[in-house]
Amino acid sequence: MFALVDCNNFYVSCERVFNPKLEKRPTIVLSNNDGCVIARSNEAKDLGILMGEPAFKNKNIYKKHKVAILSSNFALYGDMSQRVMSVLSQNSSALEIYSIDEAFIDLSGIPVKKLLSEIKYLKTTVEQWTGIPVSIGVGITKTLAKVANHVAKRSTGVKILIDSREVKKSLKNLKVEDIWGVGRRLKKILNSFGIKNALELSNQNELWVQKYMTIVGRRLQLELKGIICYQLETNLTNKKQICTSRSFGQLVEEFSKLEEATSMYATRCAEKLRYQHSCASVIKVFIQTNSFRKQLPQYRNISFIKLPIPTNSTLKITKAALLGLKTIFKSGYSYHKLGVIIENIVPDTNIQTHLFDNQNYKVQKDLMAAMDKINSINGQDTVKVASQGFRQPWKMRQVRVSPCYTTRWNDFITVKI
Amino acid sequence: MKNRGKLAFQFHAISKGSPFKIPLMSSTVTAGFPSPADDHLDLPIDLNEYLVKHPAATFYVRVQGDSMDDAGIHQGDLLIVDRAEPYTMGSIVLAVLDGEFTVKKLMEKNDSLYLLSSNTAYQPIKIETETDFKVWGVVTYIVHGPL
Repeated sequence: MFALVDCNNFYVSCERVFNPKLEKRPTIVLSNNDGCVIARSNEAKDLGILMGEPAFKNKNIYKKHKVAILSSNFALYGDMSQRVMSVLSQNSSALEIYSIDEAFIDLSGIPVKKLLSEIKYLKTTVEQWTGIPVSIGVGITKTLAKVANHVAKRSTGVKILIDSREVKKSLKNLKVEDIWGVGRRLKKILNSFGIKNALELSNQNELWVQKYMTIVGRRLQLELKGIICYQLETNLTNKKQICTSRSFGQLVEEFSKLEEATSMYATRCAEKLRYQHSCASVIKVFIQTNSFRKQLPQYRNISFIKLPIPTNSTLKITKAALLGLKTIFKSGYSYHKLGVIIENIVPDTNIQTHLFDNQNYKVQKDLMAAMDKINSINGQDTVKVASQGFRQPWKMRQVRVSPCYTTRWNDFITVKI
Repeated sequence: MKNRGKLAFQFHAISKGSPFKIPLMSSTVTAGFPSPADDHLDLPIDLNEYLVKHPAATFYVRVQGDSMDDAGIHQGDLLIVDRAEPYTMGSIVLAVLDGEFTVKKLMEKNDSLYLLSSNTAYQPIKIETETDFKVWGVVTYIVHGPL
Protein backbone atom coordinates (compact mmCIF):
# COMPACT_ATOMS: atom_id res chain seq x y z
CA MET A 1 0.00 0.00 0.00
CA PHE A 2 1.30 3.45 -0.95
CA ALA A 3 0.32 6.96 0.02
CA LEU A 4 1.01 10.01 -2.09
CA VAL A 5 1.27 13.20 -0.05
CA ASP A 6 0.91 16.31 -2.17
CA CYS A 7 1.15 19.88 -0.87
CA ASN A 8 -1.83 21.97 -1.92
CA ASN A 9 -0.90 24.89 -4.18
CA PHE A 10 2.55 24.60 -2.64
CA TYR A 11 4.21 27.90 -3.61
CA VAL A 12 1.13 29.91 -2.71
CA SER A 13 0.80 28.04 0.59
CA CYS A 14 4.45 28.83 1.46
CA GLU A 15 3.83 32.52 0.89
CA ARG A 16 0.66 32.43 2.97
CA VAL A 17 2.38 30.92 6.00
CA PHE A 18 4.35 34.13 6.42
CA ASN A 19 1.89 36.57 4.97
CA PRO A 20 -1.53 35.78 6.47
CA LYS A 21 -3.09 38.73 4.63
CA LEU A 22 -2.96 36.60 1.48
CA GLU A 23 -5.37 34.12 3.09
CA LYS A 24 -8.63 33.99 1.09
CA ARG A 25 -7.28 36.49 -1.43
CA PRO A 26 -6.71 35.10 -4.95
CA THR A 27 -2.95 34.64 -5.17
CA ILE A 28 -0.63 33.56 -7.96
CA VAL A 29 3.12 32.91 -8.16
CA LEU A 30 5.02 33.63 -11.38
CA SER A 31 7.89 31.68 -12.95
CA ASN A 32 11.48 32.91 -13.10
CA ASN A 33 11.51 36.21 -14.97
CA ASP A 34 7.89 36.75 -13.93
CA GLY A 35 6.93 35.12 -17.22
CA CYS A 36 3.96 32.90 -16.55
CA VAL A 37 1.75 31.56 -13.78
CA ILE A 38 3.22 28.53 -11.98
CA ALA A 39 1.03 28.37 -8.87
CA ARG A 40 -2.52 29.43 -8.08
CA SER A 41 -4.56 29.59 -4.93
CA ASN A 42 -8.02 27.99 -5.12
CA GLU A 43 -9.55 31.46 -5.37
CA ALA A 44 -7.32 32.19 -8.38
CA LYS A 45 -8.33 28.89 -10.00
CA ASP A 46 -11.97 29.84 -9.52
CA LEU A 47 -11.34 33.06 -11.45
CA GLY A 48 -10.32 30.91 -14.41
CA ILE A 49 -6.59 31.74 -14.21
CA LEU A 50 -4.75 28.86 -15.90
CA MET A 51 -1.52 27.11 -15.05
CA GLY A 52 1.24 28.34 -17.35
CA GLU A 53 -0.66 31.29 -18.77
CA PRO A 54 1.48 34.35 -19.55
CA ALA A 55 1.42 36.84 -16.70
CA PHE A 56 0.33 39.69 -18.92
CA LYS A 57 -2.58 37.83 -20.51
CA ASN A 58 -5.28 38.55 -17.97
CA LYS A 59 -4.10 41.80 -16.41
CA ASN A 60 -7.68 43.09 -16.27
CA ILE A 61 -8.93 40.11 -14.31
CA TYR A 62 -6.00 40.43 -11.92
CA LYS A 63 -6.79 44.07 -11.33
CA LYS A 64 -10.52 43.63 -10.97
CA HIS A 65 -10.25 40.85 -8.41
CA LYS A 66 -7.21 42.28 -6.59
CA VAL A 67 -5.17 39.16 -7.33
CA ALA A 68 -1.94 39.08 -5.32
CA ILE A 69 0.91 38.49 -7.79
CA LEU A 70 4.24 37.20 -6.49
CA SER A 71 7.60 36.38 -8.07
CA SER A 72 8.88 32.93 -7.21
CA ASN A 73 11.05 32.62 -4.11
CA PHE A 74 12.71 29.24 -4.43
CA ALA A 75 14.94 29.72 -1.38
CA LEU A 76 11.77 29.85 0.70
CA TYR A 77 9.99 27.00 -1.12
CA GLY A 78 13.07 24.78 -0.84
CA ASP A 79 13.32 25.29 2.91
CA MET A 80 9.60 24.73 3.47
CA SER A 81 9.77 21.59 1.32
CA GLN A 82 12.56 20.19 3.49
CA ARG A 83 10.46 20.85 6.58
CA VAL A 84 7.43 19.05 5.12
CA MET A 85 9.58 16.07 4.05
CA SER A 86 11.24 15.96 7.46
CA VAL A 87 7.86 15.76 9.24
CA LEU A 88 6.75 13.03 6.84
CA SER A 89 9.90 10.99 7.34
CA GLN A 90 9.61 11.25 11.12
CA ASN A 91 6.14 9.75 10.84
CA SER A 92 6.63 6.99 8.30
CA SER A 93 8.77 3.92 7.80
CA ALA A 94 9.88 4.74 4.25
CA LEU A 95 9.63 7.87 2.19
CA GLU A 96 10.36 8.74 -1.42
CA ILE A 97 10.67 12.44 -2.11
CA TYR A 98 9.19 12.65 -5.58
CA SER A 99 9.31 16.40 -6.17
CA ILE A 100 9.50 19.66 -4.24
CA ASP A 101 5.91 19.21 -3.09
CA GLU A 102 5.15 15.47 -3.40
CA ALA A 103 6.27 12.35 -1.57
CA PHE A 104 5.35 8.68 -1.64
CA ILE A 105 5.10 6.78 1.63
CA ASP A 106 5.16 3.03 2.15
CA LEU A 107 2.18 2.04 4.29
CA SER A 108 2.67 -1.72 4.26
CA GLY A 109 2.42 -3.08 7.78
CA ILE A 110 -0.38 -0.75 8.79
CA PRO A 111 -3.70 -2.62 9.18
CA VAL A 112 -6.36 -1.43 6.75
CA LYS A 113 -8.78 -0.35 9.46
CA LYS A 114 -6.13 1.93 10.95
CA LEU A 115 -5.19 3.53 7.63
CA LEU A 116 -7.65 6.38 7.74
CA SER A 117 -6.77 7.58 11.23
CA GLU A 118 -3.10 7.21 10.35
CA ILE A 119 -3.21 9.43 7.27
CA LYS A 120 -5.51 11.93 8.94
CA TYR A 121 -2.93 12.23 11.70
CA LEU A 122 -0.19 12.70 9.12
CA LYS A 123 -2.17 15.43 7.39
CA THR A 124 -2.86 17.39 10.58
CA THR A 125 0.71 17.00 11.80
CA VAL A 126 2.24 18.38 8.60
CA GLU A 127 -0.21 21.28 8.64
CA GLN A 128 0.37 21.99 12.33
CA TRP A 129 4.16 21.81 12.15
CA THR A 130 4.77 23.63 8.88
CA GLY A 131 1.58 25.52 8.05
CA ILE A 132 1.42 23.78 4.65
CA PRO A 133 -1.90 22.08 3.82
CA VAL A 134 -1.54 18.67 2.14
CA SER A 135 -3.74 16.09 0.44
CA ILE A 136 -3.10 12.39 0.90
CA GLY A 137 -4.25 9.59 -1.38
CA VAL A 138 -3.77 5.89 -0.64
CA GLY A 139 -3.75 3.11 -3.23
CA ILE A 140 -2.42 -0.37 -3.86
CA THR A 141 0.12 0.94 -6.37
CA LYS A 142 1.88 4.27 -6.72
CA THR A 143 -0.20 5.07 -9.79
CA LEU A 144 -3.43 4.35 -7.88
CA ALA A 145 -2.16 6.42 -4.93
CA LYS A 146 -1.81 9.28 -7.38
CA VAL A 147 -5.37 8.68 -8.58
CA ALA A 148 -6.56 8.64 -4.96
CA ASN A 149 -4.78 11.93 -4.37
CA HIS A 150 -6.63 13.40 -7.32
CA VAL A 151 -9.87 12.41 -5.60
CA ALA A 152 -8.67 13.62 -2.19
CA LYS A 153 -7.90 17.10 -3.57
CA ARG A 154 -11.51 17.45 -4.64
CA SER A 155 -12.99 16.27 -1.34
CA THR A 156 -11.76 16.29 2.26
CA GLY A 157 -8.05 16.08 1.52
CA VAL A 158 -7.70 12.37 2.33
CA LYS A 159 -8.82 9.37 0.28
CA ILE A 160 -8.24 5.66 0.59
CA LEU A 161 -8.88 3.98 -2.73
CA ILE A 162 -8.84 0.22 -2.19
CA ASP A 163 -12.36 -1.05 -2.76
CA SER A 164 -12.36 -2.39 -6.33
CA ARG A 165 -15.73 -0.90 -7.25
CA GLU A 166 -14.62 2.49 -6.01
CA VAL A 167 -11.35 2.18 -7.90
CA LYS A 168 -13.28 1.55 -11.11
CA LYS A 169 -15.51 4.52 -10.49
CA SER A 170 -12.55 6.82 -9.87
CA LEU A 171 -10.74 5.57 -12.97
CA LYS A 172 -13.83 6.21 -15.03
CA ASN A 173 -13.92 9.81 -13.82
CA LEU A 174 -10.23 10.35 -14.54
CA LYS A 175 -9.22 11.68 -17.95
CA VAL A 176 -6.26 9.84 -19.49
CA GLU A 177 -4.16 13.01 -19.50
CA ASP A 178 -4.52 13.20 -15.72
CA ILE A 179 -2.94 9.78 -15.22
CA TRP A 180 0.56 9.85 -13.78
CA GLY A 181 3.00 9.59 -16.69
CA VAL A 182 0.63 10.37 -19.54
CA GLY A 183 1.78 13.45 -21.41
CA ARG A 184 0.36 15.43 -24.28
CA ARG A 185 1.68 13.06 -26.95
CA LEU A 186 0.22 9.94 -25.36
CA LYS A 187 -3.06 11.70 -24.75
CA LYS A 188 -3.34 12.38 -28.49
CA ILE A 189 -2.65 8.77 -29.40
CA LEU A 190 -5.10 7.43 -26.82
CA ASN A 191 -7.83 9.87 -27.73
CA SER A 192 -7.46 9.05 -31.41
CA PHE A 193 -8.36 5.45 -30.52
CA GLY A 194 -11.29 6.62 -28.47
CA ILE A 195 -9.65 6.02 -25.10
CA LYS A 196 -10.71 8.95 -22.98
CA ASN A 197 -10.61 7.85 -19.35
CA ALA A 198 -8.33 5.75 -17.15
CA LEU A 199 -10.78 2.85 -16.90
CA GLU A 200 -10.83 2.45 -20.67
CA LEU A 201 -7.04 2.34 -20.67
CA SER A 202 -7.02 -0.18 -17.84
CA ASN A 203 -9.42 -2.46 -19.75
CA GLN A 204 -7.59 -2.13 -23.07
CA ASN A 205 -6.09 -5.23 -24.70
CA GLU A 206 -2.57 -5.65 -23.36
CA LEU A 207 -0.99 -6.39 -26.74
CA TRP A 208 -2.48 -3.18 -28.06
CA VAL A 209 -1.03 -1.28 -25.13
CA GLN A 210 2.37 -2.85 -25.63
CA LYS A 211 2.29 -1.93 -29.30
CA TYR A 212 1.21 1.69 -28.99
CA MET A 213 2.57 2.60 -25.56
CA THR A 214 5.60 0.31 -25.20
CA ILE A 215 6.59 -1.39 -21.96
CA VAL A 216 6.13 1.87 -20.05
CA GLY A 217 2.46 1.93 -21.01
CA ARG A 218 2.08 -1.73 -20.12
CA ARG A 219 3.44 -1.05 -16.64
CA LEU A 220 1.08 1.88 -16.32
CA GLN A 221 -1.83 -0.37 -17.23
CA LEU A 222 -0.78 -3.02 -14.71
CA GLU A 223 -0.44 -0.38 -12.00
CA LEU A 224 -3.96 0.84 -12.77
CA LYS A 225 -5.13 -2.76 -12.34
CA GLY A 226 -3.50 -2.87 -8.91
CA ILE A 227 -0.33 -4.80 -9.79
CA ILE A 228 2.77 -3.15 -8.38
CA CYS A 229 5.42 -2.30 -11.00
CA TYR A 230 7.06 0.64 -9.26
CA GLN A 231 8.52 0.31 -5.79
CA LEU A 232 9.41 3.14 -3.48
CA GLU A 233 12.76 4.62 -4.46
CA THR A 234 14.29 5.47 -1.14
CA ASN A 235 18.05 5.45 -1.65
CA LEU A 236 18.90 9.07 -1.88
CA THR A 237 21.42 8.83 -4.66
CA ASN A 238 23.27 12.02 -5.33
CA LYS A 239 22.31 13.74 -8.53
CA LYS A 240 23.93 12.33 -11.67
CA GLN A 241 23.71 15.63 -13.45
CA ILE A 242 23.59 19.18 -12.16
CA CYS A 243 22.17 21.89 -14.34
CA THR A 244 21.77 25.60 -13.79
CA SER A 245 20.02 27.39 -16.60
CA ARG A 246 17.80 30.39 -16.89
CA SER A 247 16.14 32.58 -19.44
CA PHE A 248 17.44 36.11 -19.50
CA GLY A 249 15.40 39.10 -18.43
CA GLN A 250 16.03 40.57 -21.89
CA LEU A 251 17.65 39.24 -25.06
CA VAL A 252 21.45 39.33 -24.86
CA GLU A 253 23.87 39.81 -27.76
CA GLU A 254 27.20 40.69 -26.18
CA PHE A 255 29.75 37.99 -25.42
CA SER A 256 30.77 39.77 -22.19
CA LYS A 257 27.27 39.45 -20.75
CA LEU A 258 27.07 35.79 -21.68
CA GLU A 259 30.42 35.36 -19.94
CA GLU A 260 28.97 36.83 -16.76
CA ALA A 261 25.94 34.56 -16.88
CA THR A 262 28.14 31.52 -17.56
CA SER A 263 30.33 32.38 -14.56
CA MET A 264 27.35 32.76 -12.31
CA TYR A 265 25.70 29.49 -13.35
CA ALA A 266 29.04 27.67 -13.13
CA THR A 267 29.39 29.06 -9.60
CA ARG A 268 25.94 27.73 -8.66
CA CYS A 269 26.81 24.29 -10.07
CA ALA A 270 30.08 24.17 -8.15
CA GLU A 271 28.26 25.11 -4.94
CA LYS A 272 25.75 22.32 -5.48
CA LEU A 273 28.60 19.88 -6.07
CA ARG A 274 30.34 20.86 -2.84
CA TYR A 275 27.05 20.71 -0.96
CA GLN A 276 26.61 17.05 -1.92
CA HIS A 277 30.34 16.32 -1.43
CA SER A 278 31.01 15.48 -5.05
CA CYS A 279 33.34 16.39 -7.86
CA ALA A 280 32.71 16.31 -11.59
CA SER A 281 34.77 16.15 -14.75
CA VAL A 282 32.41 17.05 -17.59
CA ILE A 283 31.29 20.63 -18.07
CA LYS A 284 28.80 21.54 -20.77
CA VAL A 285 27.51 24.97 -21.70
CA PHE A 286 24.53 25.59 -23.94
CA ILE A 287 23.16 28.78 -25.48
CA GLN A 288 20.01 29.31 -27.47
CA THR A 289 18.03 32.07 -29.12
CA ASN A 290 14.32 32.56 -28.53
CA SER A 291 12.51 30.09 -30.79
CA PHE A 292 9.26 32.02 -30.36
CA ARG A 293 10.76 35.09 -31.99
CA LYS A 294 10.66 33.62 -35.47
CA GLN A 295 11.61 36.87 -37.20
CA LEU A 296 15.05 36.77 -35.51
CA PRO A 297 17.89 34.51 -36.72
CA GLN A 298 17.95 31.26 -34.75
CA TYR A 299 20.95 29.45 -33.30
CA ARG A 300 21.58 26.93 -30.56
CA ASN A 301 24.62 24.94 -29.59
CA ILE A 302 26.21 23.05 -26.74
CA SER A 303 29.88 22.69 -25.80
CA PHE A 304 31.55 19.77 -24.08
CA ILE A 305 34.71 19.90 -22.00
CA LYS A 306 36.22 17.01 -20.09
CA LEU A 307 38.67 17.80 -17.32
CA PRO A 308 41.48 15.32 -16.60
CA ILE A 309 40.70 15.30 -12.88
CA PRO A 310 37.24 15.73 -11.32
CA THR A 311 36.87 18.96 -9.36
CA ASN A 312 34.36 21.01 -7.41
CA SER A 313 36.34 24.22 -7.37
CA THR A 314 34.37 27.23 -8.54
CA LEU A 315 37.51 28.59 -10.19
CA LYS A 316 38.18 25.49 -12.28
CA ILE A 317 34.59 24.87 -13.28
CA THR A 318 34.13 28.52 -14.23
CA LYS A 319 37.30 28.46 -16.29
CA ALA A 320 36.18 25.36 -18.17
CA ALA A 321 32.67 26.72 -18.70
CA LEU A 322 34.01 30.01 -20.10
CA LEU A 323 36.26 28.11 -22.47
CA GLY A 324 33.25 26.08 -23.57
CA LEU A 325 31.20 29.22 -24.16
CA LYS A 326 33.97 30.65 -26.33
CA THR A 327 33.88 27.61 -28.62
CA ILE A 328 30.14 27.86 -29.34
CA PHE A 329 29.48 31.59 -29.23
CA LYS A 330 28.56 33.25 -32.54
CA SER A 331 28.00 36.94 -32.79
CA GLY A 332 24.97 38.39 -34.54
CA TYR A 333 22.38 36.47 -32.55
CA SER A 334 20.14 37.57 -29.70
CA TYR A 335 20.41 34.96 -26.98
CA HIS A 336 17.49 34.07 -24.79
CA LYS A 337 18.76 31.27 -22.61
CA LEU A 338 22.04 29.90 -21.30
CA GLY A 339 22.83 26.96 -19.10
CA VAL A 340 25.72 25.13 -17.48
CA ILE A 341 25.49 21.34 -17.09
CA ILE A 342 27.84 19.26 -14.97
CA GLU A 343 28.21 15.51 -15.49
CA ASN A 344 30.42 12.53 -14.57
CA ILE A 345 29.82 13.20 -10.91
CA VAL A 346 31.82 11.21 -8.37
CA PRO A 347 32.14 11.39 -4.57
CA ASP A 348 34.86 13.84 -3.51
CA THR A 349 36.47 11.18 -1.36
CA ASN A 350 37.95 9.09 -4.16
CA ILE A 351 39.48 11.44 -6.66
CA GLN A 352 42.04 9.79 -8.86
CA THR A 353 44.88 12.21 -9.56
CA HIS A 354 47.59 11.46 -12.10
CA LEU A 355 51.29 11.09 -11.87
CA PHE A 356 52.38 14.54 -12.95
CA ASP A 357 49.69 16.32 -11.04
CA ASN A 358 51.30 19.02 -8.93
CA GLN A 359 48.22 20.90 -7.77
CA ASN A 360 47.75 21.81 -4.16
CA TYR A 361 44.32 20.35 -3.43
CA LYS A 362 44.34 21.35 0.21
CA VAL A 363 44.68 25.05 -0.61
CA GLN A 364 41.88 24.82 -3.17
CA LYS A 365 39.62 23.01 -0.77
CA ASP A 366 40.25 25.51 2.03
CA LEU A 367 39.62 28.41 -0.33
CA MET A 368 36.26 26.98 -1.40
CA ALA A 369 35.30 26.20 2.20
CA ALA A 370 36.09 29.79 3.19
CA MET A 371 34.07 31.11 0.26
CA ASP A 372 31.08 28.92 1.12
CA LYS A 373 31.21 30.00 4.73
CA ILE A 374 31.35 33.72 3.97
CA ASN A 375 28.53 33.40 1.45
CA SER A 376 26.36 31.37 3.79
CA ILE A 377 26.61 34.04 6.47
CA ASN A 378 26.54 37.18 4.35
CA GLY A 379 24.40 36.05 1.45
CA GLN A 380 24.92 34.49 -1.96
CA ASP A 381 27.77 35.96 -4.03
CA THR A 382 29.26 38.16 -1.29
CA VAL A 383 32.55 36.67 -2.47
CA LYS A 384 32.57 35.67 -6.12
CA VAL A 385 34.79 35.28 -9.15
CA ALA A 386 35.19 38.61 -10.93
CA SER A 387 34.04 37.18 -14.27
CA GLN A 388 30.50 37.05 -12.85
CA GLY A 389 30.40 40.82 -13.29
CA PHE A 390 28.79 43.31 -10.98
CA ARG A 391 25.76 44.88 -12.60
CA GLN A 392 24.42 41.77 -14.27
CA PRO A 393 21.88 43.54 -16.50
CA TRP A 394 20.88 40.20 -18.04
CA LYS A 395 19.65 38.90 -14.73
CA MET A 396 16.14 37.64 -14.08
CA ARG A 397 13.29 40.03 -13.67
CA GLN A 398 11.71 39.39 -10.31
CA VAL A 399 9.72 42.37 -9.26
CA ARG A 400 7.61 40.98 -6.45
CA VAL A 401 9.75 38.49 -4.64
CA SER A 402 8.98 37.90 -0.95
CA PRO A 403 11.67 37.83 1.78
CA CYS A 404 13.48 34.56 2.55
CA TYR A 405 11.68 34.33 5.90
CA THR A 406 13.30 31.10 7.03
CA THR A 407 16.83 31.16 5.65
CA ARG A 408 18.22 34.69 6.01
CA TRP A 409 18.90 36.56 9.21
CA ASN A 410 17.71 39.86 7.80
CA ASP A 411 14.53 38.41 6.36
CA PHE A 412 12.80 37.02 9.48
CA ILE A 413 9.24 38.23 9.99
CA THR A 414 9.10 41.34 12.14
CA VAL A 415 6.10 41.44 14.45
CA LYS A 416 4.80 44.68 15.88
CA ILE A 417 3.64 44.02 19.43
CA MET B 1 57.12 7.39 11.12
CA LYS B 2 58.33 7.45 14.67
CA ASN B 3 61.64 9.18 14.03
CA ARG B 4 59.76 12.08 12.46
CA GLY B 5 59.02 13.00 16.06
CA LYS B 6 55.55 14.49 15.71
CA LEU B 7 52.33 12.95 14.49
CA ALA B 8 49.63 15.45 13.83
CA PHE B 9 46.04 14.43 14.42
CA GLN B 10 43.71 17.16 13.46
CA PHE B 11 40.15 16.49 12.60
CA HIS B 12 38.64 19.45 10.95
CA ALA B 13 35.10 20.51 11.55
CA ILE B 14 32.91 19.38 8.69
CA SER B 15 31.20 21.64 6.25
CA LYS B 16 28.08 23.72 6.76
CA GLY B 17 24.84 21.91 7.19
CA SER B 18 26.20 19.27 9.48
CA PRO B 19 24.52 19.71 12.85
CA PHE B 20 27.24 18.38 15.08
CA LYS B 21 30.97 18.77 15.07
CA ILE B 22 32.59 15.66 16.40
CA PRO B 23 36.16 15.96 17.61
CA LEU B 24 37.55 12.46 17.63
CA MET B 25 40.80 13.57 19.15
CA SER B 26 41.84 17.15 19.39
CA SER B 27 45.40 17.36 20.56
CA THR B 28 48.62 17.19 18.62
CA VAL B 29 50.25 14.04 19.87
CA THR B 30 53.93 13.89 20.63
CA ALA B 31 54.90 10.29 20.15
CA GLY B 32 54.69 8.48 23.43
CA PHE B 33 52.70 11.09 25.33
CA PRO B 34 49.08 11.32 24.22
CA SER B 35 46.93 13.89 25.95
CA PRO B 36 45.32 12.40 29.06
CA ALA B 37 42.10 14.18 28.10
CA ASP B 38 41.64 12.38 24.79
CA ASP B 39 39.75 9.52 26.34
CA HIS B 40 37.30 11.91 27.96
CA LEU B 41 36.24 14.17 25.14
CA ASP B 42 32.65 15.36 24.97
CA LEU B 43 30.82 16.77 21.99
CA PRO B 44 30.93 20.54 21.78
CA ILE B 45 27.81 22.28 23.02
CA ASP B 46 25.31 23.04 20.31
CA LEU B 47 22.75 25.65 21.42
CA ASN B 48 20.25 24.31 18.89
CA GLU B 49 19.87 21.20 21.01
CA TYR B 50 18.74 23.34 23.90
CA LEU B 51 16.66 25.93 22.08
CA VAL B 52 15.12 23.99 19.20
CA LYS B 53 13.08 20.93 20.06
CA HIS B 54 11.40 20.48 16.66
CA PRO B 55 13.67 21.83 13.91
CA ALA B 56 11.10 21.25 11.15
CA ALA B 57 8.52 23.29 13.05
CA THR B 58 10.71 26.06 14.44
CA PHE B 59 10.85 29.58 13.03
CA TYR B 60 12.50 32.83 14.08
CA VAL B 61 10.77 36.13 14.49
CA ARG B 62 11.94 39.65 15.34
CA VAL B 63 9.81 41.90 17.55
CA GLN B 64 9.13 45.60 17.53
CA GLY B 65 7.30 47.36 20.36
CA ASP B 66 7.00 47.38 24.12
CA SER B 67 3.68 45.68 24.82
CA MET B 68 5.34 42.52 26.15
CA ASP B 69 8.04 44.17 28.25
CA ASP B 70 6.99 42.55 31.52
CA ALA B 71 7.18 39.11 29.93
CA GLY B 72 10.82 39.77 29.11
CA ILE B 73 10.18 40.42 25.41
CA HIS B 74 11.75 43.69 24.35
CA GLN B 75 12.18 45.79 21.23
CA GLY B 76 14.51 44.05 18.76
CA ASP B 77 14.49 40.64 20.47
CA LEU B 78 14.59 37.42 18.52
CA LEU B 79 11.86 34.92 19.36
CA ILE B 80 12.04 31.20 18.81
CA VAL B 81 8.61 30.01 17.76
CA ASP B 82 7.68 26.34 17.74
CA ARG B 83 4.57 25.28 15.82
CA ALA B 84 4.73 21.72 17.13
CA GLU B 85 4.61 22.70 20.79
CA PRO B 86 1.10 22.46 22.24
CA TYR B 87 -0.22 25.70 23.76
CA THR B 88 -2.23 26.09 26.93
CA MET B 89 -3.81 29.01 28.70
CA GLY B 90 -0.93 31.18 29.84
CA SER B 91 1.27 30.36 26.83
CA ILE B 92 2.91 33.25 25.01
CA VAL B 93 2.00 32.76 21.38
CA LEU B 94 2.60 34.19 17.95
CA ALA B 95 -0.96 34.69 16.77
CA VAL B 96 -2.64 35.97 13.64
CA LEU B 97 -5.32 38.53 14.40
CA ASP B 98 -7.29 39.90 11.43
CA GLY B 99 -4.44 39.10 9.08
CA GLU B 100 -1.72 40.65 11.27
CA PHE B 101 0.88 38.89 13.38
CA THR B 102 1.06 39.66 17.07
CA VAL B 103 2.71 38.21 20.17
CA LYS B 104 0.52 37.95 23.26
CA LYS B 105 -0.30 35.82 26.27
CA LEU B 106 -3.27 33.50 25.75
CA MET B 107 -5.92 33.61 28.51
CA GLU B 108 -9.43 32.34 29.14
CA LYS B 109 -11.99 34.07 31.33
CA ASN B 110 -15.72 33.36 31.63
CA ASP B 111 -15.61 31.11 28.57
CA SER B 112 -14.06 33.86 26.47
CA LEU B 113 -10.60 33.90 24.95
CA TYR B 114 -8.34 36.90 25.53
CA LEU B 115 -4.97 38.04 24.28
CA LEU B 116 -3.09 39.80 27.06
CA SER B 117 -0.20 42.22 26.76
CA SER B 118 2.46 42.22 29.43
CA ASN B 119 2.46 45.94 29.90
CA THR B 120 -0.21 47.79 31.87
CA ALA B 121 -0.42 50.47 29.19
CA TYR B 122 -2.22 48.03 26.86
CA GLN B 123 -5.76 46.65 27.17
CA PRO B 124 -6.58 42.95 26.82
CA ILE B 125 -8.05 41.96 23.45
CA LYS B 126 -11.19 39.84 23.56
CA ILE B 127 -11.53 37.26 20.81
CA GLU B 128 -15.07 37.45 19.52
CA THR B 129 -16.55 34.57 17.56
CA GLU B 130 -16.34 36.62 14.36
CA THR B 131 -12.70 37.62 14.94
CA ASP B 132 -10.33 36.17 12.39
CA PHE B 133 -7.91 34.57 14.82
CA LYS B 134 -5.51 31.67 15.01
CA VAL B 135 -2.49 30.61 17.00
CA TRP B 136 0.49 30.39 14.63
CA GLY B 137 3.01 28.97 17.10
CA VAL B 138 4.24 29.00 20.67
CA VAL B 139 7.08 31.29 21.75
CA THR B 140 9.50 28.89 23.43
CA TYR B 141 12.57 31.11 23.92
CA ILE B 142 13.52 34.76 23.77
CA VAL B 143 16.99 35.66 22.56
CA HIS B 144 17.91 38.90 24.25
CA GLY B 145 21.24 40.66 24.71
CA PRO B 146 22.26 42.35 27.98
CA LEU B 147 20.92 45.88 28.40
